[in-house]
Amino acid sequence: MKGWEIVVGIETHTQLLTKSKIFSGASTDFGAPPNTQASAVDLALPGTLPVLNRAAVECAIRFGLAVKGTINRRSIFARKNYFYPDLPKGYQISQYETPIVQGGELRIGEKIVRLTRAHLEEDAGKSLHEAFRGMSGIDLNRAGTPLLEIVSEPELRGAQEAVAYARALHALVMWIGICDGNMQEGSFRCDANVSVRRPGEKLGTRCEIKNLNSFRFMEQAIEFEAARQVEILEGGGRIEQETRLYDPDRNETRSMRSKEDAQDYRYFPDPDLLPLTVGEELLHQIRRSMPELPEAKRQRYVEQGVPVSAAALLVASRDRAEFFERAVASGAARDAVANLVVGDLAGMLNEAETTFSRSPVTPDDVAALQKRVADGTISGKIAKDVLRAVFNGDGRVDQLIESRGLKQISDAGAIEKLVDEVLAKNAKQVEDYRAGKEKAFNSLVGQVMKATQGKANPAQVNEILRKKLSR
Amino acid sequence: MLDLSVTELSAALAAKKVSSAELARACLGRIGKLKDLNAFITVDDAGALERARRADELRAQGKAGPLTGIPFAYKDIYCTKGLRTTCGSRMLENFVSPYDAHVVEQFTAAGAVALGKCNMDEFAMGSSNENSYFGPVRNPWDRQRVPGGSSGGSAAAVAARMVPAATGTDTGGSVRQPAAFSGVCGLRPTYGLVSRYGLIAFASSLDQAGPIARSAADLALLMNVMAGHDARDSTSVERPKEDYTKALSLSLKGKRVGIPKEYFGDGLEPGVRKAVDAAVAWFKSQGAQLVEVELPHTAVAVAAYYVIAPAEASSNLSRYDGVRYGHRAKEYSDLVDMYCRTRAEGFGAEVKGRILVGTYVLSHGYYDAYYLQAQKIRRLIARDFEKAFSQVDFICGPTAPTTAFALGAKTEDPVQMYLGDVFTIPAPLAGLPALSIPCGFDENKLPVGLQLMGKHFSESLLLGVAHAYQQATDWHQRVPTGTPL
Repeated sequence: MKGWEIVVGIETHTQLLTKSKIFSGASTDFGAPPNTQASAVDLALPGTLPVLNRAAVECAIRFGLAVKGTINRRSIFARKNYFYPDLPKGYQISQYETPIVQGGELRIGEKIVRLTRAHLEEDAGKSLHEAFRGMSGIDLNRAGTPLLEIVSEPELRGAQEAVAYARALHALVMWIGICDGNMQEGSFRCDANVSVRRPGEKLGTRCEIKNLNSFRFMEQAIEFEAARQVEILEGGGRIEQETRLYDPDRNETRSMRSKEDAQDYRYFPDPDLLPLTVGEELLHQIRRSMPELPEAKRQRYVEQGVPVSAAALLVASRDRAEFFERAVASGAARDAVANLVVGDLAGMLNEAETTFSRSPVTPDDVAALQKRVADGTISGKIAKDVLRAVFNGDGRVDQLIESRGLKQISDAGAIEKLVDEVLAKNAKQVEDYRAGKEKAFNSLVGQVMKATQGKANPAQVNEILRKKLSR
Repeated sequence: MLDLSVTELSAALAAKKVSSAELARACLGRIGKLKDLNAFITVDDAGALERARRADELRAQGKAGPLTGIPFAYKDIYCTKGLRTTCGSRMLENFVSPYDAHVVEQFTAAGAVALGKCNMDEFAMGSSNENSYFGPVRNPWDRQRVPGGSSGGSAAAVAARMVPAATGTDTGGSVRQPAAFSGVCGLRPTYGLVSRYGLIAFASSLDQAGPIARSAADLALLMNVMAGHDARDSTSVERPKEDYTKALSLSLKGKRVGIPKEYFGDGLEPGVRKAVDAAVAWFKSQGAQLVEVELPHTAVAVAAYYVIAPAEASSNLSRYDGVRYGHRAKEYSDLVDMYCRTRAEGFGAEVKGRILVGTYVLSHGYYDAYYLQAQKIRRLIARDFEKAFSQVDFICGPTAPTTAFALGAKTEDPVQMYLGDVFTIPAPLAGLPALSIPCGFDENKLPVGLQLMGKHFSESLLLGVAHAYQQATDWHQRVPTGTPL
């Protein structure tokens, strides 16, 4: 791969969080028995007509505002014509020449990725080929589900950057509340356009890779595809523009259809729908309802004294940031509690495969814990144990500190007594320390801490030990 | 009784001179007697009598409106719950809609008594009603001639006194031209005035539902039921309801009548010209001011229409794929073969031809040259009308260049058939209302249609003018010579 640059553009089908479908009143709930959520419009019965769901439009506008794109005041729905059994009308209603969102950008770390467009369209149904011998089943529950197709410019360099983009986009659409982000259920589906070139040369021929239903698969698929293309080019061959399917079981991409098979979709403006106009008032209303966006929040946290690394992690999701802010509102110190949230608590939640919104530890718990560390009641190490206990549902912070006797020993007299005992028992270490072995000191600290089950104030232990040893 | 208008029947029912049930039976009897006209695809005797019985009940309870108990018929393009809706096609030969069209709901709520579904050109594509899978309809004035199309069954049924009124749909003239050929009245409303929900789509940007009856006053009564906003049709217009019967008594004095010279050119049959000229002269005699107007893009309207309508149709008819409902080929080897055989068997020649044309004009590389070009012409035509209506109150001319032609006369030459739509196509392209009323007969004793076109939402004015004319003439009351009472 040396001497090659991988160029990736991502197209993402984001299922919008609306109660009903984009052009009918049927429910969009996932998992209902086949064809129970398909209305006359979804079945494309003769005489039925589409009526645009304003909630889907609002989702698209939210996205446009979040990525600083242009909201087209007038956009057009077009028909994309092709025959397929799970496409009831024989055409998909989409936006072609004038999408609702044009341009925009998404920040991944230090890089700004430009977006081409985002447009509204309807999803198709599902063809079920198993369980019907010699026939196919059609489930139209998904037909008409609103999608926002988000297209990036081919500005991503390599599989990792592509995944970073997809993750950032995934986090953003959930942040602004337009998508549940559930990749298993197909709420967030990415296709990758991959090409390779020698740095500085013009863009190579691309292949579109489909079926990337996890970030891991996306990374593997792009890596495989880029390697495949490089191998062809280095062997003197040419890349054919085509659509390829990623097979995660074999970790390879396979040709689905070549450019020659590309259909002529005969796009034309849908005469059943008026041009979609977005008025100033609606725009204003949505702008006002927008949450503070991750990047703005991150910058604000840093300005308020949150360590840079913690700030970036705090804005990974909206519920995480909200959890943090509620803890601060309960009186916790920003920097300390930030580390607690993105470190220990995030780890526990991750391990338990749950989220901040469902965390058994409340922001109040975290604030209380941080306060007890700050006022010296418990040590930072004990704090981790208390957090775990609260997480496990054993009780609340102060109650646990009390009932388990976890209070830090800060009584100088008591610690001195313990230190004396430890020094008396460990003449060898004392000797080593005095001979210049710093390691021996740590061992002595450890002994004192062990004797108190970790409850002694470590700073005090250090201080007293040094004093005694220097005598 | 069969010769009475909706207005007269409404009064007779109110005065309890006749019951809905009696009326329904009389009409059903007449329909049975004139089966050879082939005006109906489905006659719903049992359902009709049940509806009539309920209408009589409503009247007994004092809950009757103007259309309660009035027998009528739907063009078979209106979806009716429980009664098959074929659209004149083998594709939907046995299709029963699980829901009612908006217009059907309105008529049901008004207590009107639907007797059945009228024959039509397949998917409303045609100007002679010869493209029906269920066979051609015959003209009540001369059985060897066509009744016009695509609402040919509706027009013939009203002319032959099987029903006092019927619904039609008009995409490029499908209400007005058969009304003209059959000697009855038909109104194409402003686009968006009547909901398209439940009308099987032909060309969505042009399709409009409209009434067919024997007088302008009857059209007004039907429009009171049909017009109105419906949220299920995004192109349905929100505006206050009008009572179209209120505007019927108007004076022509001082009205400016536009006479477009393009509508009186060489292609006009002498007999048609003579009858239309006489009507125009009558307007003048009533104090109207005749103003010559120009509609310069009239000549290219047919070409633009036969690009736009097939383009939309090719997409609208994609849903008939044999997967969910309608005809499906019995034998096929794979999915594509199933599609091909299903559609080859289910659609007739004219429909297939228009799907091909529509697919072609939307294809990559042809879209700009055909579809976009046609849209530009469409805007120019709308501008022609805007300019004309800045000078006149309404425009007057022939509905069609000829009277009803012989069955089979134009079936071999579709272009000749299409050119017959030259006067009815411009108004739909501009979304304007237009109506046709009888204004005399040609040398073959065939009815001639007079067309009135107006600004958007000027239905009241058009109906008022037509009503004034019908107060002074009796062309609309003539019983077809081929179907005497």
